[in-house]
Amino acid sequence: MKFAVIVFPGSNCDLDMYHAVKDALGEEAEYVFHTETSLEGYDGVLLPGGFSYGDYLRCGAIAQFSPIMEEVKRFAAEGKTVLGVCNGFQILVEAGLLPGVLHRNTGLKFMCRTVELKVENNETRFTSDYAAQETITIPIAHGEGNYYCDDATYAMLQTNRQIAFTYTDNPNGSRGDIAGITNKAGNVLGMMPHPERAVELLTGGTDGLKLFTSLVKQGAHHVKTTV
Amino acid sequence: MKKVTVAVALRESILDPQGVAVKGGLVQLGFVGVEEVRIGKRIELLVADETTDAMIHEMCQKLLVNTVMEDYRFDVEEVTTA
Repeated sequence: MKFAVIVFPGSNCDLDMYHAVKDALGEEAEYVFHTETSLEGYDGVLLPGGFSYGDYLRCGAIAQFSPIMEEVKRFAAEGKTVLGVCNGFQILVEAGLLPGVLHRNTGLKFMCRTVELKVENNETRFTSDYAAQETITIPIAHGEGNYYCDDATYAMLQTNRQIAFTYTDNPNGSRGDIAGITNKAGNVLGMMPHPERAVELLTGGTDGLKLFTSLVKQGAHHVKTTV
Repeated sequence: MKKVTVAVALRESILDPQGVAVKGGLVQLGFVGVEEVRIGKRIELLVADETTDAMIHEMCQKLLVNTVMEDYRFDVEEVTTA
């Protein structure tokens, strides 16, 4: 599979994302600059963490107007895979590709540590290699990871099984302990924790790798069925 | 020209942790009777005279404000250019 790692001004996890796909996963990855307008030839899009446009106005608020984002929206509408991590998640909600919003952590602090997540739905293209309700250990690093949505949206997330990951010990005040959600179609995932930072034992664990291996399996299956 | 001042604040239903922390500070300083503190931001725009309120609402809703979590109001002031 060939992944595009989108690089915004202020992205700082783009190298980690690239490394995870290229070296830990062994698939193809390329950087795609925010000024580009085509995602032709890619099977998946990865929006990395960081502080795009200095987080000016609101996290992710300016990045949604980057030229590449129109193409990301088109890509997502075609049912192709889009993953946003941390600032990438914030960009996805600001761009309207995922519901809700991420605001300041209840404790006001920037939290940089490893947390435990529960896989709430292992029947998505991002989580199929995990066991149902499996607990995994993944690092977080954010100041604005407090997920909020209104009652109707929360009910919709539950009904459609859009909640992919929850925190077992909520670090930031997120509604319903939400750590990651998909869109209704299930091809767009946004999550605050960093799976790309948990792909090698050397750097503390490999619990994030299954997210990427799930994608590759689903991708391979997709190719087989469409040929 | 017109000067538009937009006041943006977290919606009432959403906890404002900054406000809570600042309220704690005021109480610690000895100011009694501070019921609540909520922190928002103020955005000033200088716009052409033809800019309608509807256009300002659109600017707010498309970019300046995230209406999922924020409320806003704005004032418009005529600016006389010399």
